[in-house]
Amino acid sequence: MSTARRILPWLSLLMLILLPALAGKFYIELVAKIMIMAVFAMSLDLLVGVTGLVSLGHAAFFGLASYVLVLAAPDQYTAVSLWTSLPLAVAASALLALVIGALALRTRGVYFIMVTLAFSQMVYFVFHDTKLGGGSDGTYLYAKPTAMLGGWSLLDFNNSTQFYYAMLGLLTLIFAFLRLLLASRFGHALRGIRSNEQRMRALGFNTYAYKLAAFTIAGAIAGAAGYFAAVQFGFVNPEMLSWHQSANVLLMVILGGAGNLFGAVVGAFTFVLLQDLFSSLTKHWLLLMGGFVILAVMLLPGGLTRVSDSWQAWRARMQGG
Amino acid sequence: MDLSIFLIQVLNSVQYGLLLFLVASGLTLIFGIMGVINLAHGSFYMLGAYAAFTLSSLTGSLFWAIALGVVLAVAFGYVLEWAFFSFLYRRDHLQQVLLTYGLILVFEELRSLAVGDDVHGVAAPPALAASIPLGTTMTYPVYNLFISAACLVVGALLFVLLRRTRLGMMIRAGASNREMVRSLGIDINVLFRVVFALGVALAAFAGMLNAPASSVYPGMGNQVLIICFVVVVIGGIGSVPGALVAALLIGFVDTFGKVFLPDYSGILVYLLMAIILLWRPEGLFRESAI
Amino acid sequence: MLAAKGLTRRFGGLVAVDDVSLELRRGQIHALIGTNGAGKSTLINLLAGELSPTSGAISLRGRAVLHGRPDRLARLGVGRTFQRSNVFSEFSAFENCRIAAQARIPRVWALHESAAQCRSSSGAAERALAAVGLTARRDVAAGLLSHGERRELEIAMCLATEPSVLLLDEPLAGMGAEESTRVLDLLRRLKLERAILLVEHDMDAVFAVADVITVMADGAVLASGAPEDVRNDPAVRESYLGDAI
Repeated sequence: MSTARRILPWLSLLMLILLPALAGKFYIELVAKIMIMAVFAMSLDLLVGVTGLVSLGHAAFFGLASYVLVLAAPDQYTAVSLWTSLPLAVAASALLALVIGALALRTRGVYFIMVTLAFSQMVYFVFHDTKLGGGSDGTYLYAKPTAMLGGWSLLDFNNSTQFYYAMLGLLTLIFAFLRLLLASRFGHALRGIRSNEQRMRALGFNTYAYKLAAFTIAGAIAGAAGYFAAVQFGFVNPEMLSWHQSANVLLMVILGGAGNLFGAVVGAFTFVLLQDLFSSLTKHWLLLMGGFVILAVMLLPGGLTRVSDSWQAWRARMQGG
Repeated sequence: MDLSIFLIQVLNSVQYGLLLFLVASGLTLIFGIMGVINLAHGSFYMLGAYAAFTLSSLTGSLFWAIALGVVLAVAFGYVLEWAFFSFLYRRDHLQQVLLTYGLILVFEELRSLAVGDDVHGVAAPPALAASIPLGTTMTYPVYNLFISAACLVVGALLFVLLRRTRLGMMIRAGASNREMVRSLGIDINVLFRVVFALGVALAAFAGMLNAPASSVYPGMGNQVLIICFVVVVIGGIGSVPGALVAALLIGFVDTFGKVFLPDYSGILVYLLMAIILLWRPEGLFRESAI
Repeated sequence: MLAAKGLTRRFGGLVAVDDVSLELRRGQIHALIGTNGAGKSTLINLLAGELSPTSGAISLRGRAVLHGRPDRLARLGVGRTFQRSNVFSEFSAFENCRIAAQARIPRVWALHESAAQCRSSSGAAERALAAVGLTARRDVAAGLLSHGERRELEIAMCLATEPSVLLLDEPLAGMGAEESTRVLDLLRRLKLERAILLVEHDMDAVFAVADVITVMADGAVLASGAPEDVRNDPAVRESYLGDAI
């Protein structure tokens, strides 16, 4: 890895630590939201970039956790404890991922993509068509979870700056955890599966089990992200589970560059900022977004963190004709 | 359930299934032959419906609207393949997913710019606007029967095309071995363009045909797309007979599901898919390509 | 060690493997020869668990292997190489072998244990590379290796899993004379503790190193036995060897 690549994550961390001192509330809340999406994107990167599993239904795990938080509260005005609701939400997402993964991983390639999409649609319809969680209108969460320890309130999620640092902590924690995972034998096996699954099986790896484990872990992390998204937003609706959400997070991963985790973070930042930019320009901003998606994937297939690779590939194509 | 209601539901199931079949057959052909996963396929359905609306307002006749619409769809498909999709063949599935997703956004907004976001109704042609009686109290719209009939005819033509014509043979050969087809002197690029245009036309035609029966609204393409994915997964990629069986199966499960379990009807189709996957991960008809 | 009885595999109307029985014994190199299309690769795939037989049985160390999956068989000590080099192109030769070696290490879940620092798999990888003579090229990406080197890597990866049965599918194909000799010497050393199945076209190599030869034609066994007997078998001479010897 070049020096630039080594330093970049640390530099970014430094900037993120300093941000609240320099910026106003609007930006603090915006970047907190982006960091949540970055965690969501990293979880998908574990699947797509590391294991080679293209899931088009990852939003199901994100959204389920949000709904679990809202449903765990006896009513909209009572706060639940972070210590009980977060594990519950993450466990729910992990369980859903285990079930969906167990079925979906029986398929390969394009079938897998379509099946993950279809299953997440199923979850979407459960929340959209039934009265669970307010149906298509969604539900509000007026009281944010409390983080009490022995009578003292550790974190006040109503305070934007505290919430921001909590999210930065989450992002750093998940990033470190995933880095550790990737360096382990388990992580190496996942990369092997992406490279050549048949060979991995011939060598003695039970690839189904590895893929299922990765799928479940990714679902759990997405759940954590979804939980805090609901905390910040104060509102959940089925759109958090929609396939647009799944496609968006997939885009974030590709935009930034799949497989190295940092790319997912970069992608999340880029995507959300662009989304804000485009929507401020015109009512028909989806046209700009669509056009951008097409250009980005065509021209930068390796993502932003691999610009030099894409540049070399482009030059080679130009010369080789 | 009384007989006439049952009969109505059966007719609805068949109609829905056959429409799905038309759209899904295009999707499965494009995937089976060119290896491209195309998320924008639902957009063709939507564009067909909106075309039916605009063209029938212009010409005053649904028949002419459909005729003109099909011609436009074929031309559009031909150009789109040349301008965009031909670049997707070499890309991996992930890139295809994102590129065609971008295309959905573009199509949605272009349509929004061109004709707005309103929900529209399209009038059935007067000759078919009547209802026939079923049993003593119920009636059934003639137009819906027409939809099923038209789908059957087109479906039959598709089978004839694939099984009995030279073009069909080339298509089937191209599905199993692209290189061999190329070496036989057949221009594979033109073949792909034809198949793509065919797929677009089938989806658009389904959209046009169904416009008078259900309304024309912005999100209609997406819903159809995902169900079509389920059809293709259940039926097996590249298999047109598989798409027919799967589409009809889904038509029945969905329609009767809405009757007996209205709150859960949305998830029944996916449950069906889950069950079939447990049994056959590569679809019902994986062995026979097309 | 590995025995197949009455193995048959049909693909629709085509009978690729027809009632084949063979035994792989420890200390023996069992060569499998036959023309292209004789069913050799299908047989290896059956023995390795990639394909399931239409009928017949396979047993490993006396115990029946039912519906063997490739990963389960590999964990039981059956290693194989592929006819067309099937490596991890983006990883270096060393990393390829290390991943292979890690297949047999328990405690997958130990996330705090870095793969790079795992001494047992690194050691196994180094030994495997040294055995085939690829140590000098250990840090080269597998996709950039020459064809012959990739064939050697195939064998090294198989060795890194420390198998007791080796199923080798045309390992010498595309190798030069020097490399071939090295591999044959390696096989002679390996067979002492293992059972080896060697599918090959190179007749000189086969007769130089094999203890038992089975000849296949049209999916069925034409002859099987000691090299000299097979060499002199009239049916074999007529249909396969011809004037080759």
